Amino acid sequence: MDESGNNSIKADDPIIRIRDLVFCRGRRTILDGVSMDIQRGSIVAFMGPSGAGKTTILRLISGQLRPDEGTIEINGQLISAMSDRELKLFRRDIGVLLQDGALFTDLTVFENIATPIREHTSLPEPLVRRVVMSKLSAVGLGGTEDRMPHELSGGMARRIAFARSVVLDPDIMLYDEPLTGLDPIAVSTIRRLMRETNNALGLTSVIVTHNVNQISNLVDYCYIIASSRIAGEGAPRDLIDSSDPGVSQFMNGRVEGPIPFHYEPPGAPWRLLD
Amino acid sequence: MSKVNLENRTGVISGPVSQAGQCLLFLFRMLAGIRFSLTQIQTVMQQTYLIGARSLVIIMICGFFVGMVLSLQAINALEQFGASDQVSVLVGKSLFRELGPVLTALLFAGRAGTSITAEIGLMKATNQIEAMELMAIDPIHRIALPRFAAGLISVPLLTAMFNAMAILGSVVFSIGVMDLDSGIFWSKLQTSIYFQKDFIGGVWKSFVFGGTVSLIAVYFGYSARPTGAGVGTATTNTVVLSSVLILIFDFIMTSFLT
Repeated sequence: MDESGNNSIKADDPIIRIRDLVFCRGRRTILDGVSMDIQRGSIVAFMGPSGAGKTTILRLISGQLRPDEGTIEINGQLISAMSDRELKLFRRDIGVLLQDGALFTDLTVFENIATPIREHTSLPEPLVRRVVMSKLSAVGLGGTEDRMPHELSGGMARRIAFARSVVLDPDIMLYDEPLTGLDPIAVSTIRRLMRETNNALGLTSVIVTHNVNQISNLVDYCYIIASSRIAGEGAPRDLIDSSDPGVSQFMNGRVEGPIPFHYEPPGAPWRLLD
Repeated sequence: MSKVNLENRTGVISGPVSQAGQCLLFLFRMLAGIRFSLTQIQTVMQQTYLIGARSLVIIMICGFFVGMVLSLQAINALEQFGASDQVSVLVGKSLFRELGPVLTALLFAGRAGTSITAEIGLMKATNQIEAMELMAIDPIHRIALPRFAAGLISVPLLTAMFNAMAILGSVVFSIGVMDLDSGIFWSKLQTSIYFQKDFIGGVWKSFVFGGTVSLIAVYFGYSARPTGAGVGTATTNTVVLSSVLILIFDFIMTSFLT
């Protein structure tokens, strides 16, 4: 099946609008003046070397971190100015799939998926059961509802976590390294689920990853984040052929290039001189 | 320079004081989450089973042997004054007032406190706490509160079991082994132990100890660094600090209660 299905991207209707984002941790500037518009219905990837600030952007979008400067608007709401209560309400409309799935180890598969429903709705038990079972069969794992997370394989656990993150039918899905550590079949399964769910539910998906090959035919648009800023952006195919040396180095995985091999600590001796 | 290091600074005074303050704030945040909803009561019951009922065997075994050794020492000492029939008074008083609540709480800290800290610490290390926050579920209400409440319920109940088993141990040793008169043993126990002063005093203590141990356990688990070493340190700190605080609070409460 072709994973890059067609979805109608309405132009000039960004669901996520980021302007001049600055985020510092201690004296280290993680993000410096990042701006972007993410279109409704699209699948967007943040790529870049480890430690470049990709996950930080994801945490800023979900409201876990607050920017030092700049704004993030989602659906016209300013995330950076929300109170804790507003943030709580807002988070019901976003689904997040964390790196290892982060299933609750003390609950069964069924209870894991049912947790967000029970917490945020007052559906009667038979309905909760029906929603959970339909999500389970949507990820192809009907019949596993009574198992504990440690009884599942890595790929299965990731699919259960996926079912849990979409169970409240969110507007936006955020993925943090969703394909890392999975076998090739599981990678394709999760990838297909991501695309199908995105199209079926009219979601907007944001994926953070450093693996170029795994997602190049899944995403519509890519941002490459390196040295605290957007080093390049565009459709994945255009980026591979990019003439920018940094983008080309990352997309093709070369050691030589403008992104240095040696780590440069923030307080390196020569910095003391200025 | 000072601004960066401020949060890591642990002075002799400022370190413990700020920890205690944060622990207290943590308690208030937990208490703000009390709802008495069906799910909350269910999770508290489940946790009470997991940390309370599962500690029962060790508590009962220890209680039995403490009762036996207490009678052994008491009979040895009292025999010199020809007063070995007073053994049940000595055993009863020391058990209900001191040994029952203190030893139960110490055992509970080792058996259940450590497992609470390690469990919450590991949940943090495997991003489960973060996942919960992202689902707009407050992990302090969902994870910490039921365990704290379960500890508060369990310790007094476990203390009661400890006391009962210790009396049984004392009966087995004094009457069964040393051939003391069972009528005298029970009547002395009945007339010299006061419900209000001895028994209720001990129950109060066990509530305070239960709250202390479970608060420390959930707080250290929740504030553990999300690494293997971090969880290990937090678990050790739970046992050390709860043991010390149990004994300090025991002295304070005894001097105020009597």
